[in-house]
Amino acid sequence: MDILSLFILVPIITILALVFTKGLKQARIVSMIGSLIQFGMAINLVFAYFKERATNSDIMVFIRDVVWFKDFNIHYNIGVDGISVTLLLLTAIVVLAGVFISWKMKDLPKEFFVSLIVLSIGVYGFFISLDLFTMFVFFEIAVIPMYLLIGIWGTGPKEYSAMKLTLMLMGASAVLLVAILGIYFNSNADGGALTFNILEIAKVNIPFEVQKLFFPLTFIGFAVIGALFPFHTWSPDGHASAPTAVSMLHAGVLMKLGGYGVFRVAMYLLPEGAQYWSWFFIILATIGVIYGAFSAIKQTDLKYINAYSSVSHLGLVLFALLMLNKTAWNGAILQSLSHGFMTALFFALIGMIYERTHTRDVRKLGGLLKVIPFISAIYVIAGLASLGLPGFSGFVAEMNIFVGAFEHEDMFYRIATVVSVSAIVVTAVYILRVVGIMLMGPVVNEGFLTLEKVTWYEKLGILLLLIPIVGMGVAPLWLSDMILESLHPFIQGVL
Amino acid sequence: MDFSNFLLMRHEIILLAITLLLIVAEVFIPQNKKPSIVHLAILLFGIHTIIGFLPATDGNLFGGMFRTNGLIHLFKNVLNVGVLILLLQSADWLQEKIVRQNKGTEFFILLFSSLLGMYFMISSGDFLMFYLGLELSTLPVAALAAYETANRKSSEAGVKLILSSALASGVSLFGISMLYATSGSIYFNDIIQMITSTDLTILGMILFFAGLAFKISLVPFHFWTADVYEGAPISIASFLSVISKGAAVFILMILLFTVLKPLMHVWENIIYVVAVLTMFIGNLFALRQQNMKRFLAFSSIAQAGFILLGLIAGSQLGTATVVYFVLIYVFSNLAAFGVVQAISLQTGKENINDYEGLYRTNPNLSLVMMLALFSLAGIPPVAGFFGKFFLFTAAASQGYYVLVFLAVVNVTISLYYYLLVVRAMFLRKSDNPIPFFKNKIYMRLGLLITVLGILVLGLYSPLYDYIYELSGIFN
Repeated sequence: MDILSLFILVPIITILALVFTKGLKQARIVSMIGSLIQFGMAINLVFAYFKERATNSDIMVFIRDVVWFKDFNIHYNIGVDGISVTLLLLTAIVVLAGVFISWKMKDLPKEFFVSLIVLSIGVYGFFISLDLFTMFVFFEIAVIPMYLLIGIWGTGPKEYSAMKLTLMLMGASAVLLVAILGIYFNSNADGGALTFNILEIAKVNIPFEVQKLFFPLTFIGFAVIGALFPFHTWSPDGHASAPTAVSMLHAGVLMKLGGYGVFRVAMYLLPEGAQYWSWFFIILATIGVIYGAFSAIKQTDLKYINAYSSVSHLGLVLFALLMLNKTAWNGAILQSLSHGFMTALFFALIGMIYERTHTRDVRKLGGLLKVIPFISAIYVIAGLASLGLPGFSGFVAEMNIFVGAFEHEDMFYRIATVVSVSAIVVTAVYILRVVGIMLMGPVVNEGFLTLEKVTWYEKLGILLLLIPIVGMGVAPLWLSDMILESLHPFIQGVL
Repeated sequence: MDFSNFLLMRHEIILLAITLLLIVAEVFIPQNKKPSIVHLAILLFGIHTIIGFLPATDGNLFGGMFRTNGLIHLFKNVLNVGVLILLLQSADWLQEKIVRQNKGTEFFILLFSSLLGMYFMISSGDFLMFYLGLELSTLPVAALAAYETANRKSSEAGVKLILSSALASGVSLFGISMLYATSGSIYFNDIIQMITSTDLTILGMILFFAGLAFKISLVPFHFWTADVYEGAPISIASFLSVISKGAAVFILMILLFTVLKPLMHVWENIIYVVAVLTMFIGNLFALRQQNMKRFLAFSSIAQAGFILLGLIAGSQLGTATVVYFVLIYVFSNLAAFGVVQAISLQTGKENINDYEGLYRTNPNLSLVMMLALFSLAGIPPVAGFFGKFFLFTAAASQGYYVLVFLAVVNVTISLYYYLLVVRAMFLRKSDNPIPFFKNKIYMRLGLLITVLGILVLGLYSPLYDYIYELSGIFN
């Protein structure tokens, strides 16, 4: 068994084990063991990757290629580069933290953990796939459990949110399907056989007319899950209604599928299309960045604030990808990771606050720093990371993005960049506003004085997410190196 | 004459023997042991299904009126498996309701006759055999649709089915006569050589197509579907929606890809329009349905629209994807109908609202239903996804990207109403849910086979390779 297939196999075994469990205690222990193994495997993969990279200069390493449907030339083809390794690590951490945060899931615990792990299979599979068909299969596997997760265990208008989210994401994947078929049937443009293999297609010169037609479809197909304006509307509702662990996983990991797909498929396979269309999507991404930030100011529900902040931050990822240069791309990947940890942490903290105070309305909260100091302090740290304070991951990412964006000299790019940079200021406004109202000041509610202290499993979940945020901020270079190295094929292929 | 030639008709002969055997058994089984006729019929048909999988030879009989080859053989096996599952799922209903009214044996006789008609229809080498098969497959079903005589809706369903199918086969026959008029033969092999693209031929083809479109319930020939499904016993609704539709798709495909191949430039346009209409109308009408049988009726209309995307390719790829999809559709749809059948038999409830909170009382049934619906909606990793993806690939291979786009829009629409049922079962809680019940062994077996099919057929790629290999015959 190769090292990557285990990322699919271990969750499947975990699910099979979960089927035989009874009650919350057994279910959470089994899920924890399963995700701990995954976590260990992800760490091991990072070291194995460095070791392999020292001797192997292929675009992808740990490749395993098995023919699946031979008449369509569909393969189960997996492999990783530096970008996917870091994203796999992100996924493993967020899933593990999610399991800890769901330690007290009372309603149908077995089903909850099964759905959560099915979702993680989709994400793992997506990040390691090198075959468009396999990738698409995993993409849909990652989306559909969301319906049950939000619909059964969510709060508020959960049925509406679940349906909206599922239909928008599946609608996007439907568009993507057309695009994938379009790429597939043009993958023989240089006279070879039709193929779904990403590395093979990247070598083919797909005609410009075709690229022009299918790039927008591919881009939108992926970017909807990355909350591209104006297709982001599923995201605030979905996040607000989802249970804590699902919000974490969704904002932290699932939305990264969008940026990754855009980069790995849309831009890598259709480079000329990307050049041709980039201005259009830069406008959308810029609007998303600024619109998300301003919307977050007006929100009073903590989850909505964070959801709109995600729209803004992930808009920045798409923005950076469309800048089409190395520095910005590096920033985009770092931003994906940084946002993944940060948002997951935010949602975890919001979940804890909600569990104790039974409200997410900022106006009804106040003085929390005095009663639940640990959670509040971490909230401040996460907030500072989110607004890009040096020393945390957000700064490194945004710095790279904007330095990359300023490399373009013409007016259009300058305006877009300036508008996007200004979103940072707005971010500071909504973060500090929440910190001020919710954490500082007098305790507004008598009931808050007796709030439960933070428990060990909550602390574990928090630490898991906090360490990478600080780690990336303090020592970004080893990560940057790993990513920059993997950007070479893109630089050769796309630019 | 060498009688070993008759072995080419193995399927037909064995099925006929079973039917006759059941008539004899009916006479000799004492009144108080009548329910055992169900066991006997299922046993015999199970054996028949297994024998069907033994290797067979290709060949023609009766001067080319009857022909068989690997692909046709496979078609018949697909139908057999479908009918076997259907019998398993209906066994309890038959024992509890139908045998008591002394109509058990007749049920099997009628059902098997209809299946026999489909065999002949698929194997036909000329239009006479085709027409005989078509009629033999339709008429018994009309009787079966009206089988619950105490239920007025059932009688209405029978009458509706017989009247509209009589009209459809009349139109079809008219079309055949025009094709005969222009080509001078009713043998497929002769027509292939003689057929030319004249106005009369095209008109004949369109009328002929209308007759089969009725059986597949393509828009605008679908009006009978929902009413008949709703009124007919669930077994018969599922027979109509799976077996009967599957057989009609097969023969339509064979005729389009061989006899009518020279007219492809005409029929691909017809199929294009009909596919778009069928998908949209089927899906849009399914959105508002409350009764599960009507719901599945419109869903199966929409599914037929998707099948046309494979037909429009007109190539080996098209053949393979259509056969593969129909095979998966048999399992998915039978699983859905099976659950409806089980619940209806226990509680008499058939509305989506009644399913609220089902997961908390009957988790296994709900999971089967969810898998079936996901397979119908085309969500990986269950089989339906692969079936649909490949159909779309077939259409895209001919450059029909717009059609594929319209189809994927429809997939999203259909996902909405499939999720409505999932919502009722999983998300909602009910004060008055369907209480827990245990299914009998036949029903459980029937559902188990469908679930295995749904889980395995997609991921197991050698099956598709096998079908693709066989599909070379018609191109």
